Amino acid sequence: MSEPLDDMYRDIIMDHYRSPRGKQPVKSADIKSDGSNPACGDELEMQVEMAGGTLKHIHVDCKGCAISVASGSMLAEIVEGRPLEEARRIAELVRRMLKGEDVELPDDLGDLDALKGVRQFPVRIKCALLSWVTLINGLENYERGQTDSDTPATTEDKE
Amino acid sequence: MQTNTNNRPGTVQTARLRLDTNRIKGDFPILEEKINGHRLVYLDSAATSQKPTVVINAILDFYRHKNANIHRGIHSLAEKATAAYEHTRQRVAHFIGDVDPEEVIFTRGATEGINLLAFSWGEANIEEGDEIVITEMEHHANLVPWVILAQKKKAILKRIPITLCGHLDLSNIDEIITPKTKLLALTHMSNVLGTVNPVAELTELAHRQGAIVLADGAQAVPHMAVDVKALGVDFYAFSSHKMLGPTGVGVLYGKRALLEAMPPFNMGGEMIREVHFDRITWNEIPHKFEAGTPDIANVVAFEAALTYLEELGMDKIREHEIALTKYAIGRLSEIDGLEIQGPQEAELRGGAISFTDHDIHPHDISTFLDTKGIAIRAGHHCAQPLMRILGKIATARASLYIYNDEADIDALIDALIDMRRYFGV
Repeated sequence: MSEPLDDMYRDIIMDHYRSPRGKQPVKSADIKSDGSNPACGDELEMQVEMAGGTLKHIHVDCKGCAISVASGSMLAEIVEGRPLEEARRIAELVRRMLKGEDVELPDDLGDLDALKGVRQFPVRIKCALLSWVTLINGLENYERGQTDSDTPATTEDKE
Repeated sequence: MQTNTNNRPGTVQTARLRLDTNRIKGDFPILEEKINGHRLVYLDSAATSQKPTVVINAILDFYRHKNANIHRGIHSLAEKATAAYEHTRQRVAHFIGDVDPEEVIFTRGATEGINLLAFSWGEANIEEGDEIVITEMEHHANLVPWVILAQKKKAILKRIPITLCGHLDLSNIDEIITPKTKLLALTHMSNVLGTVNPVAELTELAHRQGAIVLADGAQAVPHMAVDVKALGVDFYAFSSHKMLGPTGVGVLYGKRALLEAMPPFNMGGEMIREVHFDRITWNEIPHKFEAGTPDIANVVAFEAALTYLEELGMDKIREHEIALTKYAIGRLSEIDGLEIQGPQEAELRGGAISFTDHDIHPHDISTFLDTKGIAIRAGHHCAQPLMRILGKIATARASLYIYNDEADIDALIDALIDMRRYFGV
């Protein structure tokens, strides 16, 4: 099998795809954010329960391809339990990494490195981006005092 | 890599293809390209077709020997360019059933033709409470303009539903097309399901209620003989680039009386007869609808595509695609976990074959196939309402044309089997 394909569909990606984290619904949603990729039809629903300024519990439901589902699952695993500011910093970092910038990921985000393989498939980058822009959108609205996003996040306007 | 071509079940018989695909493939230089180290297996002609050498050369020839603006210049090149441009119009008129060439309007594509109708005819004729009828299987091109027009005019948008098999459900058609119906806008062939719709029958029904009919022929004209007079439709829109011709060129056919009564769409040069600062009179059809300098070179080269198709014979092309579609559906059915959308009978459909895998998303299918040199389309195919009805967020679509043969289908099937192994399903 060709190597770039193996770079993208790494075992860790396929593991997240087959058993995505963040499936558990939250008790009460302080943040509700939806995302969609209009070009391909992928849809994502995200809910976050906040406690004392941290993302206590996060629920991610992604109807999409292996890459978008795995990326959303990694997001749930990584940002849960982190303070809002830190979650936002990580999301921003991942977004820049997927855009092709040479960013250093902190050691405790090791799994995310697996997403780098997507960069060899330009048309698939937005699949990996979907959950992260949805999170960024949700956090921004939360800080503005809104629970629900007026419009779903898309990967189009962030590119 | 193990393939299954040798242990193929006996249910699928070899297709009896009507076209000499070996010779045809030689006419398409792009098919010599290597994609990710493999020969290109192009199964995305419903998105756009590839172009034969004669079409590519016709574009070059125009710019080398005929280039000038049309209809205005009083010099030899301008006359040559105008004659070539108008020649294509005549050939299009002949191609769609010997209509009057003045009933053939050049547009940028099928989408622009439908927009022209919505803005020009729709603006002048649709009133509050009128009904516009579409179908559930429309491409956004024949959907969005009517949704917007209906909203703007407070008109009512009604739709003909589809059956589980992907045909139009005509059981309640008398309640859908009524004396209030002003327009029926439907696709001749679905770009997702492949369904060929009974346009002539529905046109007769709509005409009896006093409605006019537009058929979106973008997927039909490239693949079968189309006679707009036999269909009876009032308007018919299609694109050059899906039928071997260049991009940037489309056709809107319309009946003379309707076109003459319609206001222009774009304003500018060419579409006027007399201009004053306070009043303007319009040019005759078709020029009334062709403001500005059109895509002259590509219109001229479109003629080469029509000639190529006519030499193969549209009926033979249709037979070829029915045989290959039958073969493709049969072989796709051999793979566990695949679900084919649309009618299963090849005679009732075209060669746009949408399918889904129970375990693998269409994007992952498409990326995997691409590494094998196989080009298909994955996504919602500009038909989001239809996707919702099918209960899918997206499908994979392999679509066939004159240069495809059994070897292309076999390559697809082998790759899909490899894919399922790769993803461990």
